Amino acid sequence: MTDTSGSFVDLPGDLMIWVLIVSELLVFGAGLLAFLAVRLTDPAGFALAQDQLHRVGAGINTLILITSGWLAARGSAAAHAQNAGAARQNLLASVALGLGFLVMKASEFAGLFWKGITTETHPFFTFYYLLTGFHAAHVLAGVVILGFLAIRPTPYATENGVAFWHMVDLVWVILFPVIYLVR
Amino acid sequence: MKYQSQKIALIYFATAMALFTVQVSLGLIMGWIYVDGNFLSEILPFNIARMLHTNSLIVWLLLGFFGAAYYLIPEESEREIHSTKIAYLQLGILVLGTAGVVVTYLFNLFEGSYLFGKQGREFLEQPTWVKAGIVVAALLFLYNVTMTVLAGKKTAITNILLLGLWGLALLFLFAFVNPDNLALDKQYWWFVVHLWVEGVWELIMAAILAFLMLKLTGVDREVVEKWLYVIVATALFSGILGTGHHYYWIGTPGYWQWIGSIFSSLEIVPFFAMMSFAFIMVWKGRRDHPNKAALLWSLGCAVLAFFGAGVWGFLHTLHGVNFYTHGTQITAAHGHLAFYGAYVCINLAIITYAMPNLLGRDPYNQVLNMASFWLMSSGMVFMTVTLTFAGALQTHLQRVNGEAYMDVQDQLWIFYAMRFGSGIAVVLGALLFIYSVMVPRREVIERGITTPAE
Repeated sequence: MTDTSGSFVDLPGDLMIWVLIVSELLVFGAGLLAFLAVRLTDPAGFALAQDQLHRVGAGINTLILITSGWLAARGSAAAHAQNAGAARQNLLASVALGLGFLVMKASEFAGLFWKGITTETHPFFTFYYLLTGFHAAHVLAGVVILGFLAIRPTPYATENGVAFWHMVDLVWVILFPVIYLVR
Repeated sequence: MKYQSQKIALIYFATAMALFTVQVSLGLIMGWIYVDGNFLSEILPFNIARMLHTNSLIVWLLLGFFGAAYYLIPEESEREIHSTKIAYLQLGILVLGTAGVVVTYLFNLFEGSYLFGKQGREFLEQPTWVKAGIVVAALLFLYNVTMTVLAGKKTAITNILLLGLWGLALLFLFAFVNPDNLALDKQYWWFVVHLWVEGVWELIMAAILAFLMLKLTGVDREVVEKWLYVIVATALFSGILGTGHHYYWIGTPGYWQWIGSIFSSLEIVPFFAMMSFAFIMVWKGRRDHPNKAALLWSLGCAVLAFFGAGVWGFLHTLHGVNFYTHGTQITAAHGHLAFYGAYVCINLAIITYAMPNLLGRDPYNQVLNMASFWLMSSGMVFMTVTLTFAGALQTHLQRVNGEAYMDVQDQLWIFYAMRFGSGIAVVLGALLFIYSVMVPRREVIERGITTPAE
């Protein structure tokens, strides 16, 4: 791949993290497409089910996650500037917001379970639990990764970890309007 | 052959090819049972023949993998295998277990005994004592190769190969988990069956393919390794949750239909990557390796695996499609080309590459070997196509129109007759292959002789 990889050389981070990111985007993209396709079969039922969700809470979570992504990017920049202290602070702040997202998400799940809503209640909720649940699992993984990076924020590792975190961010920014808002 | 202990591979490959003969012969018998339903019904019932056909396939592929590991690990690690005695002991245990299985199945000995009787779980029918023997043999093997790799040079190829082989052995432990609840039974059963062929075996296949590409094309190791990592990452990413495509109709929750559909759709990616890898390496490679037959098998493997496992798998992996096609001849078509393309061909590729070195016959007869590739592969492709037509028709008649199973089978007779014909080609191809790697000592066409123009 000596010459074909020329186009990959400019990518920040490792080729493998991009393989992962593209794979994740394919999975979430396919999930959202399937969601929208199934929604065509029952628009009224999907709208009714969507009303059970807490849109404001999810909106706040969006802001939390985007802010966390911004802090992570600052952390990566600081790591590149060989400023380990600043990198650590930004990464830890990013982790804290990631945990905040998970707490909000857990309370959202708990509220729905309390109402007796499960994956089998309606196709909408099958997709809702699958997509946001998978996403939350990635947030958890990202929090762990960023936490490890905060211990020793080398530029290369931080760049890869933060690229993963941006992917998690990006997926949520697409999930949020499609699942919570689109009528 | 640089290392004496690589010789271990010879006996493994020989045993594998003996079982290969058994496997395809039983396939041919079953092909005829499809044509004439009463053939051998008293002495060799269809279900027993099928058990032998599938079990012998798995065992010979495993023996081939073990042989491949014993052949390539010394070269990669640059040292002799830790213990040749352990390697032969391991083979002895596996051969004993295989013989035990065949005798137990054929004569239905020890019916109902947990330890000695057959167990009635498709593909995992082996009596418990054989399963335990497999575990012991696997442990011996892993100990042996891991010690070799740990003491020697570590390369991406050996790392991935060991990851695959360790995964293979650990996942087999789920063969011992057999809950009374049939849904749970099936759930764990797929941990072995699916996570082998659509998980760890892909790692083994990719590692062997990478080794062959390295040797045959002379492309830099660094480039080969980069490809290998991408292939392995995409295989595991799609394959692990791709298990969900077996959880559509077994009593597991409905969300598996979406997990299975989405992830298993991506299972085509590593196979596409392996095909691209093989061709790009050949184009880029500057080495003109004399073993053209091994190169043919490697490229054929990558292409047929892409179509058999990738395309034919995707054909019926979406749950909306699978609702209709589940368990029809579509599945049989996919199963045949996937196993042939991916795992039979990779084994025959490494055997073709290794045999001349192991037997000290270089150059050897490649013309017959290449002829066997085309005969066997075209037979298998024709079989896949006939079974696909049979499956499409079966799906319509049986699942859409609701006709009775056996009435539909009668109407599929012409396809089964044609499939039997392609089966003959496969068996002849297999015999020709074995003859070509074992017997001839000289090339049929002398190299370097040019006939002057008249």
